[in-house]
Amino acid sequence: MTVLRVLLVLIGLVLSGVSGAFADDDAIRATIGRFAESKNFRDTEEVVRALGASGDVRVERALSALSDGNLSFRKADKAVFIALEKGQTATLFDPLTGDAAGEEPKGGFTKIKVNNSLRRTIRDVISGLTLASPDPVVRLAAARTMFIAPDAGNLEALDAAIAKETVASVKTALETARASTILVSDAADAAKLEAVAFLGKRGDRDTLSLLTGFAARAQGEVQAAAQRAIDDINATLALWDVGQNVWYGISLGSVLLLAAIGLAITFGVMGVINMAHGEMVMIGAYTTFVVQSVIRTSYPWLFDWSLTIALPLAFLVAGAVGLALERGIIRFLYGRPLETLLATWGVSLILQQAVRTIFGPTNQEVGNPSWMSGGFQIGQLALTWNRLWIVVFALAVFGLLLYVFKRTAWGLQMRAVTANRRMASSMGIRTPWIDAFTFALGSGIAGIAGVALSQIDNVSPNLGQGYIIDSFMVVVFGGVGNLWGTLVGAFSLGIVNKFLEPYAGAVLGKILVLVLIILFIQKRPRGLFALKGRSVEA
Amino acid sequence: MRGMIATLAKRVSGAALAGLMMAGAATAQEETIKVGILHSLSGTMAISETTLKDVMLMLVEQQNAKGGLLGKKLEAVVVDPASDWPLFAEKARELISVNGVSAVFGCWTSVSRKSVLPVFEELNSILFYPVQYEGEESQRNVFYTGAAPNQQAIPAVDYLMNDEGVERWVLAGTDYVYPRTTNKILEAYLQSKGVAAEDIMINYTPFGHSDWQTIVSDIKAFGSAGKKTAVVSTINGDANVPFYKELGNQGVKAEDIPVVAFSVGEEELAGLDTAPLVGHLTAWNYFQSVDTPENAEFIAAWKEFTKNPDRVTNDPMEAHVIGFNMWVKAVEKAGTTDTDAVIDAIIGVSVPNLTGGYSAMMPNHHITKPVLIGEIQADGQMETVWETTGLVVGDEWSDYLPDSKDLIADWRAPMSCGNFNVATGKCGGKGMN
Repeated sequence: MTVLRVLLVLIGLVLSGVSGAFADDDAIRATIGRFAESKNFRDTEEVVRALGASGDVRVERALSALSDGNLSFRKADKAVFIALEKGQTATLFDPLTGDAAGEEPKGGFTKIKVNNSLRRTIRDVISGLTLASPDPVVRLAAARTMFIAPDAGNLEALDAAIAKETVASVKTALETARASTILVSDAADAAKLEAVAFLGKRGDRDTLSLLTGFAARAQGEVQAAAQRAIDDINATLALWDVGQNVWYGISLGSVLLLAAIGLAITFGVMGVINMAHGEMVMIGAYTTFVVQSVIRTSYPWLFDWSLTIALPLAFLVAGAVGLALERGIIRFLYGRPLETLLATWGVSLILQQAVRTIFGPTNQEVGNPSWMSGGFQIGQLALTWNRLWIVVFALAVFGLLLYVFKRTAWGLQMRAVTANRRMASSMGIRTPWIDAFTFALGSGIAGIAGVALSQIDNVSPNLGQGYIIDSFMVVVFGGVGNLWGTLVGAFSLGIVNKFLEPYAGAVLGKILVLVLIILFIQKRPRGLFALKGRSVEA
Repeated sequence: MRGMIATLAKRVSGAALAGLMMAGAATAQEETIKVGILHSLSGTMAISETTLKDVMLMLVEQQNAKGGLLGKKLEAVVVDPASDWPLFAEKARELISVNGVSAVFGCWTSVSRKSVLPVFEELNSILFYPVQYEGEESQRNVFYTGAAPNQQAIPAVDYLMNDEGVERWVLAGTDYVYPRTTNKILEAYLQSKGVAAEDIMINYTPFGHSDWQTIVSDIKAFGSAGKKTAVVSTINGDANVPFYKELGNQGVKAEDIPVVAFSVGEEELAGLDTAPLVGHLTAWNYFQSVDTPENAEFIAAWKEFTKNPDRVTNDPMEAHVIGFNMWVKAVEKAGTTDTDAVIDAIIGVSVPNLTGGYSAMMPNHHITKPVLIGEIQADGQMETVWETTGLVVGDEWSDYLPDSKDLIADWRAPMSCGNFNVATGKCGGKGMN
């Protein structure tokens, strides 16, 4: 009972802000200990605010852990720890100092629950505490939070911080945060006008959001100024949006190119209607999954290299399946497109069900390596790393394939067989083997496309189905038998699709693209870049 | 001549043998009560439905271990409708006419349910449908153990509106009947709560949509109007994974623009690195993380049955558990598996659900359920952040749609009607019977 009373007194002290910049450890520990007592989110939020009121930067550790869902208390004695769970054990750390505190089975701990509004509170509290941090990166983050979620109470702290700040970028961020704070404060109209003018120059979406909210509240001259700033920002953003759309189009185009490029060989060059093409992509994606699971269990430090390791393996696995398919089925069906279509369709179903039986019907988790997660901004252009790498990768694969076709003996023989099989045969080329390896190459390329697509799509037995129609569309549109046609076809379809989408919606956009292609094929049955002359065999 | 006689004899003996075998099959049929399982084991829906087949097999096995039903053993008859909607109707007919099942547990998508409805009506059998759906239906032969919109969508929107202070809404869905109807109901509901039309954005995408760049950036743009924005997602199945990946990569955080999903469960998250999704919401009537003894027992039994310690449980599985137990209880109450007797007996039957309460079958063939809102955690589980204080009764005809707000369903005599219009006092207001 007395303990409780002491506790209450201490809490009262902390709450009333009597404690200075460095409240004594016991008081903070006692406050942190209250997390174990909180019954609902409101209780927890009170504790968070109490910690914030302590003004001690060290509480940031406990608050961050809480926000990440790593703060737990021991059921036995209600002691609060930062607990990192792994398997059945929890590695414990002291919530105040961060010192290791041993390992215990995680069953003995209860996680302190957080929800979104609590996370927002924590973010705001942390930003208030870390504004004076010695690390400029931390200060920048704090300023950024204060900019997005302005609170009139922060104004003095911001003024003080701006006066002290030496790093230019942080200073700008702090001034921006100050401007957004002025908008929510009861400052004079002149100050608000200045703030609006200052923010108007930034011209990004966050500012737009702030100003729109402000314009709805403001009146008179200030409101008119805010409205002008909003219109300016909207005009700038409209321009950026065009660029953004082109980028989305390129990105979609690169995915289409990856999916279609293997087909450009098997269908485009060899003329085999391979309905199992999508399943080669799927096999590539599953190879990535297998590689990643092996890495996860045995060599976790290799994870960032998992895709690099998966690439050659996916090429070999999918290529081998392709080779078997060609030797086992397709070679008996050359010149009979309908039978080929049906047989490969059957093979695609068999492959899907086989994968479903082996790996189960559910999606498999394929992680993104750290260099493929997240994104960055160029002006108002948001680029994500995974999409950027896929564009680069698609172009690299295309370049490699072009080299094989135009500059190697094998490529020459492939082209010779496609152009005139009997003549090539008379020249001593083993046409059956060229067929087999060309098909294996196309399948292998589909396999490495699967590695890339596993990064943006589901890895499930149905993965391939989603791409088969698009792939055929790209190859037919670009012109059968022409790699460059596939490239141009993929990117133009991607960009057209992305420009239609904002106006027509995703569903109608896709339909419109199909209609456009049908009309185009009516006009130019051989596609964008038709092969001319005798090389057109069938 | 001799040859002919020999063949004839062979044929006769063959026929006799076949007859014997059929008789044998008939006696075997008398000894067991057959339960039909109509879930896709191949094709696109296999991802979700295979699990439900497994959970049904487990329930049948458990019931048999308890001594069966009415002194007989239960026998599960599994068919594979292969995610092919017309095939659902064919397989349902096969289950009822050829295999003679007493009840069928099955279907996932609304279109598959709509495809089998006439079959169940014609052959007078029973279907237990375990998935959350768009409502606007109540059929004599069907028991809806999943959530109706008022047991999932509307409480979720209420939570966002009251606890998160959301004022601007993106209703994003896959382009088919469930999202379209749910969004229609939600739009009417939001407008009745005073949300302006320009604060609602509705967006549909095709099945399996994988390129979410434009839509996510549209959501970001829509969210930068100075008002708290949330996304209500009825995006179905496979399309969710790339959607969430794009959200994570474009830096849309749950603290800023939360997404509440109605079709994302533990099973869907199993194929996903959930770290960037922490804090996004889901609304269901059951979470694996719910801490009750019933649930712990069920999870342990499930992991043991599948021999896989990593298998997760989800909401439609719980719906099957409730539906199956209700059927068992109703059969015991009626003393027979006869369809009409069971349909009459099951109304009012209540069985424990896995979240620590009792679910009851209502006269409209929907059940009572608690509504839980959960936040996605880094381990792919949901943490309950809000729940209804009591159980919510499934409302088949939405109160927020002008042409169905006057309709009710009550399958007890003397009304026995799935769409009774209280305004006109007549049965047969809208939809099928």
